[in-house]
Amino acid sequence: MLETDLDRTLEAFFTGQRRAAARLISVVENGGPRAEDVLHQLYPRLTGAPRLGITGPPGVGKSTLVDALVRYHRKHDRRVGVVAVDPTSPFTGGAVLGDRVRMGDLTTDPGVFIRSMATRGSLGGLARATKEVVDVLEAFGQQMLIVETVGVGQTEMDVAQATDSVVVVLSPESGDAIQAMKAGLMEVADILVVNKADRPGAGQMVRTLEADLAMRPHSEWSVPVLVTVASKGEGIAELCAAVDEHRVHLEQSGDLADRRRRRAQTEITAVLRDRLWQRAHARLADEIPAWAERVAAGQETPYTAARSLMAAFLEDSE
Amino acid sequence: MSDRSDDTTRALLGSLHQRPSNDDPHVTVSGREIRPLVGPDDVDIDHARDLGEPGEYPYTRGVHASMYRGKMWTMRQFAGFGTAQQTNERYRFLLSRGQTGLSVAFDLPTLMGRDSDDPWCMGEVGKCGVAISSLEDMETLFDGIPLADISTSMTINSPAAIIWAMYIAAAEKQGADITKLRGTLQNDILKEFIAQKEFIFPPLPSMKLVVDTIEYGTNEMPQFNTISISGYHIREAGSTSVQELAFTLADGFAYVDAAIEAGLDVDDFAPRLSFFFNSHLDFFEEIAKFRAARRIWARHMKDRYKAKNPRSWLLRFHTQTAGCSLTAQQPMLNVVRTAYEALAGVLGGTQSLHTNSLDEALALPSEESVEIALRTQQILAHETGVASTVDPLAGSYFVEKLTNDMEAGAEAYFARINELGGVVPALEEGFFQREIADAAHWYQEALERKQRVVVGVNEYVNPDEKQQIPLLRIDKEVAQTQNAKLAALKTRRDPAACAAALKRVEQTAQDGGNLMPPFIEAVKAYASLGEIIETLKGVYGEYTEPIII
Amino acid sequence: MGRAIRVLVAKAGLDGHDRGAKVVARALRDAGMEVIYTGIRQTPEMIAEAAVQEDVDAVGLSLLSGAHMHIFPEVQRLLNDKGGDDILLTGGGTISDEDMAELRASGVGQLFGPGASTRDIVEYIQTEIGGRRAGEPS
Repeated sequence: MLETDLDRTLEAFFTGQRRAAARLISVVENGGPRAEDVLHQLYPRLTGAPRLGITGPPGVGKSTLVDALVRYHRKHDRRVGVVAVDPTSPFTGGAVLGDRVRMGDLTTDPGVFIRSMATRGSLGGLARATKEVVDVLEAFGQQMLIVETVGVGQTEMDVAQATDSVVVVLSPESGDAIQAMKAGLMEVADILVVNKADRPGAGQMVRTLEADLAMRPHSEWSVPVLVTVASKGEGIAELCAAVDEHRVHLEQSGDLADRRRRRAQTEITAVLRDRLWQRAHARLADEIPAWAERVAAGQETPYTAARSLMAAFLEDSE
Repeated sequence: MSDRSDDTTRALLGSLHQRPSNDDPHVTVSGREIRPLVGPDDVDIDHARDLGEPGEYPYTRGVHASMYRGKMWTMRQFAGFGTAQQTNERYRFLLSRGQTGLSVAFDLPTLMGRDSDDPWCMGEVGKCGVAISSLEDMETLFDGIPLADISTSMTINSPAAIIWAMYIAAAEKQGADITKLRGTLQNDILKEFIAQKEFIFPPLPSMKLVVDTIEYGTNEMPQFNTISISGYHIREAGSTSVQELAFTLADGFAYVDAAIEAGLDVDDFAPRLSFFFNSHLDFFEEIAKFRAARRIWARHMKDRYKAKNPRSWLLRFHTQTAGCSLTAQQPMLNVVRTAYEALAGVLGGTQSLHTNSLDEALALPSEESVEIALRTQQILAHETGVASTVDPLAGSYFVEKLTNDMEAGAEAYFARINELGGVVPALEEGFFQREIADAAHWYQEALERKQRVVVGVNEYVNPDEKQQIPLLRIDKEVAQTQNAKLAALKTRRDPAACAAALKRVEQTAQDGGNLMPPFIEAVKAYASLGEIIETLKGVYGEYTEPIII
Repeated sequence: MGRAIRVLVAKAGLDGHDRGAKVVARALRDAGMEVIYTGIRQTPEMIAEAAVQEDVDAVGLSLLSGAHMHIFPEVQRLLNDKGGDDILLTGGGTISDEDMAELRASGVGQLFGPGASTRDIVEYIQTEIGGRRAGEPS
């Protein structure tokens, strides 16, 4: 995309063209100087719209729940943006992004914008990319922003980083609760949802989760445990009410500002780390192999090698 | 003797082990290793327990004592395209050429319960089969063909009960005694969720509709097979032969369970359950699959379901040669492939057979290619002599071993499905879909590595090839004709009667009563297929499948 | 090494035979592409709109129902309408040589018939998108 093209795209974006929004999402997702330009232009347009993260183990019905949430907000005339994140294969760099399957006809609703994203294996980069893609959608005028991802390790932390409220979704199927606890999913939850609540074991699961929550240190926000049957739209209004309540809590307690400040700090740190690393790498890449040889031969430790490399880099920077 | 064969086997295996395994051409289409030699020590077979006589439990050798000497298999070519009028002409042609049963192919809109004038159906009306939107179309389809005298197979699933209602009403109008109507309804919704994806409603109400037809058939139309439990589509979706066998029979057991749960006695309905398998290119594996299917069904029906009527133990099946084995390249070669597949079906003891036409990888079959396909069966029946002896391969170490392996493989899958809570939970979770997608992926890889040779496609390619066979074209006027006909019908019918009948459909769906009587009433009031399906959607909702790649 | 190629793989119309679409989706993923899989029963409108929102490089349609002469041109028209005229529209299914030629002449990309190798499909998309991207800065 040439500079003039980018300007034209921004112009189209501000007049509400979806193709332009999609393009700008690609630009920020791909990162680099062009992404910075775009964000610079978009930041004044940010509205502070609520950002909701939906995560949970595979197969609990997250996409179906997101579909139901989107329909709920559409009924209340809110424009909705959805970012659905799926893992990139570490072996091939490819990914199959299948979340649209569940959202079927929402695709053609002009008040809804859905974007699928692959994690692209970037350490910490996902949080940045996700947040910035949400920025684009917010600047585009979407009034409710939803990020959905499977919670199997790191990605749910990234989602927490990119959103204000995190809903962790589980289903009564065996082991989901345990899996969630093990995976640290409970740590990021502002709201817990047991979906597929029409299946056996749902009540038991709610009790298990509540017992687990009761053992946690007291905090101002007590994490509610809700039940939904997303495929039938049951419990969706209650879930949205809980999300609103959490939002009010965030605003009144000052947590929202806190969270956004913390998020900004993390962002700055990440950008700084990226930049520093890029510069260091550009300067030192040629020297690393020789040091590696010495370390491998037992002549140096990785620490002494790094110390020397860093000294060389810092000297140059001055 | 057995020593010698063991030595030979070892020698052969030894030499085989020196080959890189991924170049090994000696695996079946399903990826199963083929043994170079099988002897008596390799197969555990007890004649009385595992084979029995033909026509006797466990029916491994066939469902009839005299098999094709007593009754030749039914040659039943699946056909349908364009308007009801056009298909009616094709049926008359096939009957005049010696075909012995009719088999209706419906177009995609009909299969999905949509009328021809639905915006979803643009470009699809009459393409893959005949368009039937109302009883009027059904009457035209069988115009001049006495339904009292012929057996008709109908490939229809989600809207099966409604299409059946139309068939019953059309037959009644011809003056036929409906209790004597013969034929088969595919009506197998589980394999739609698993493989072919022509579902409309969620699994539970879909199963309820199937049970309604089983119940209605049992009480009112005892000669009609209300369901044809189908592995064909599972195989076409890319499954292995064992998966086809296991998933089909698991579906069968799920229908038995559902009917029993609805209060039917197993012996009242089980004799009318029928099956439909694929016959692929792997000759012996396919034969073993058919033989194993009969044995597994008989054992489960007798031991697990305690059926007392021997007819409940019988697995009767229709076979179609594998559409997915046909190639677009050098299509004449498909005649040869189809002939081998047909032979496997016959040696496996099929009750009826459809042979694919040579041009089906490219389009719907032309009249000429359909005739060749039918003649292929006639040569098999009358020239090759294979129909003269019952189950001629019984006792072959290789075939019996394969039959045992197939049964063991299927039982292993039954156990897995059971662990998942049964067929419906397993399909909601995507178990079958994942197994099939993996198998399809493996097969494609095997083709691309040329581990499997497909003549004319990845080997022995004719570089100068041009498509030269004449293809059947469906003219664009079909949709217009259909829509005009439907619009005229809607102005002609009694709107009050139609609305009242639809109301009764809705009411019955809500109450959980048997829907067949209100369906028959609704089609007689000329409610369209789409109108009835929409009414049901209001009660049952629609289904979206899990994402499995 | 540029960014991943993004491809929308869709089953258009009422046809649910998704074996080919899934095999191709896997092959594209294994070749390092990001595949947006829409599943079965997509209208041309849904396909074109999803392609635009996802900012894909290519759309691959699988059609075995005989409706290709209706659906390909319709998706192409809607892509153009929505500003996605630079998106490559390709696909496959039971499509005769004659129909393929007609669709190609109308601006649709290469189409793949039964027996096509997934390698050829991957290679075609890589070459085609590579060529299109060569004209733009990263």
